[in-house]
Amino acid sequence: MGNPEIKMKATRDAYGEKLAELGEKYEDIVVLDADLAKSTKTILFGKKFPKRFFDMGIAEQNMVGTAAGLALSGKIPFASTFAVFATGRVYDQLRMSVCYPKVNVKIAATHSGLTVGEDGASHQALEDIALARALPNMTVVVPCDAVETEKVVEFAVEYVGPMYIRLGRSKVPVILDPGYKFRLGKGVVLREGKDVSIIATGIMVAKSLEAAEVLAQKGIDAEVINMSSIKPLDKELILESASKTGGVVTVEEHSIIGGLGSAVCEVLSENLPVPVERVGVKDVFGESGSAEELLEKYGLSINDIAAAAERIILRRQK
Amino acid sequence: MLETEKIFLEEKARIIRKHIISMLGEAGSGHPGGSLSAADIVAALFFHHMNIDPARPHWEHRDRFILSKGHAAPVLYAALAEAGFFDTKELKYLRKTGHMLQGHPDMKSTPGVEISTGSLGQGLAVGNGMALAAKLDGRDYRVFVLMGDGEIQEGMIWEAAMAAAHYKLDNLVGILDYNGLQIDGPITQVMNPEPIVDKWKAFGWHVIVIDGHDFEEIISALEQADRIEGKPTLILAKTIKGKGVSFMENQVDWHGKAPSKEEMELALKELSQGEVLERWETLK
Repeated sequence: MGNPEIKMKATRDAYGEKLAELGEKYEDIVVLDADLAKSTKTILFGKKFPKRFFDMGIAEQNMVGTAAGLALSGKIPFASTFAVFATGRVYDQLRMSVCYPKVNVKIAATHSGLTVGEDGASHQALEDIALARALPNMTVVVPCDAVETEKVVEFAVEYVGPMYIRLGRSKVPVILDPGYKFRLGKGVVLREGKDVSIIATGIMVAKSLEAAEVLAQKGIDAEVINMSSIKPLDKELILESASKTGGVVTVEEHSIIGGLGSAVCEVLSENLPVPVERVGVKDVFGESGSAEELLEKYGLSINDIAAAAERIILRRQK
Repeated sequence: MLETEKIFLEEKARIIRKHIISMLGEAGSGHPGGSLSAADIVAALFFHHMNIDPARPHWEHRDRFILSKGHAAPVLYAALAEAGFFDTKELKYLRKTGHMLQGHPDMKSTPGVEISTGSLGQGLAVGNGMALAAKLDGRDYRVFVLMGDGEIQEGMIWEAAMAAAHYKLDNLVGILDYNGLQIDGPITQVMNPEPIVDKWKAFGWHVIVIDGHDFEEIISALEQADRIEGKPTLILAKTIKGKGVSFMENQVDWHGKAPSKEEMELALKELSQGEVLERWETLK
């Protein structure tokens, strides 16, 4: 983090900028927000294309329904608000008016996870992946940095169907090079290793890479996988990596219930039972504080990831 | 409107009601009360007012109809089949495994269904999106959303009502099937939504109150809504739950109960008789 050579950028910023850029090429893109455009960064699109930007006020349910109606009329709607509201507040709307009829609505949710920071538990979505993942026809993608966010937004415009894109508030390291290609349903091995598989998503991918460095100093060769596509999930890659290393650590800025950890366990328990450690928020709500302090406090630090990997090594030796 | 047009619509509504009863009798479950109360409104839309082409259910210039009160699916299915979106033979497979007519409307399985509904309160918002898209594209199609009176207890309806007025969606028409009854009893006792007219007016809508079983009033209201500029229109249609079947009329128990075989035959007999049919016969 202290390395001045690493560029820092919030995924919400990358989203807002990319959307505004794509608005020129794709005249059918329309953007909806629920009075948070300055925070979700959809305001960048709104300023450039005011006729195609709809502030729906603090009324998220109508926003999602309206997005469905726009999509059914040939538009490509991106609806944005904070992740807590973009899932829980509108769950039935996502279910009834978007996923069941498989309508081409993109939910781009910002301010996910603990790194919302000072606003506290009310605004820290720690269960949104679980909620979105449970809906048939929904795709769930969690970009790991600004580069992947741009690729995912580009992909979302072309993809036809419901999509939940999980973005964050805080600046995070840019770890991918600009040539990176996003493929739905595919994870990417960012670091090869043979002793343990660290499967991470979102902003925890960068932390997992750092944890792998810590582990390397202890003689543990960790593989790090960026699993941005949570649904569909890259079952083949999970099994391939787990069969090589014999143990898996999942890492997410989300509850250990229902998110990436659960999804990976579903695949492994049915196909290749190996020891798994889930690094995530342990079924509790967050609290106010700085992003980094909260990640430490709730067990999402680099050391927590490394410790989980070491537990895997020990468990496997038994 | 011409007398022949009126008789034509009365006949269409009678056929729709017969379909509703037959479908529900065959299905053994479903919602007759709110389907029958909306039959005249739906007949007026599908067989007089709306610009639709059953051969092209996705025609981009078509008027859109959204059944926000999705439990009244039988009235929509009957109208769609009668209009020619699919074969009326499908109607007898309502709610049957592997068939197209789901218990609540599913746009993926049934031609002519614009959006899946069933969880109340969502149709008006979807209508907002369709109406906004028409404005963006400079298209002149219109969007009609049929809501239940109990349904407007949902908060989301008012989110949508606010947005429709804010965005001046004069191509959007909400129709309220005001039959006064919901599952647990009279709407005014369960959760009183009155004063309904004042509420919609306060939300910035043009409001027209009509008898929802009088075709002249229904058509006149729809035509008036066509002319209103700068704001959406709400047609509050006073209706009778179970309308057309004497023993179902104004009976709350017929909200969500299918008729037995005997009741079905009795209802069909009632719907096969009467002045309308005789007048129709004389026209032929």
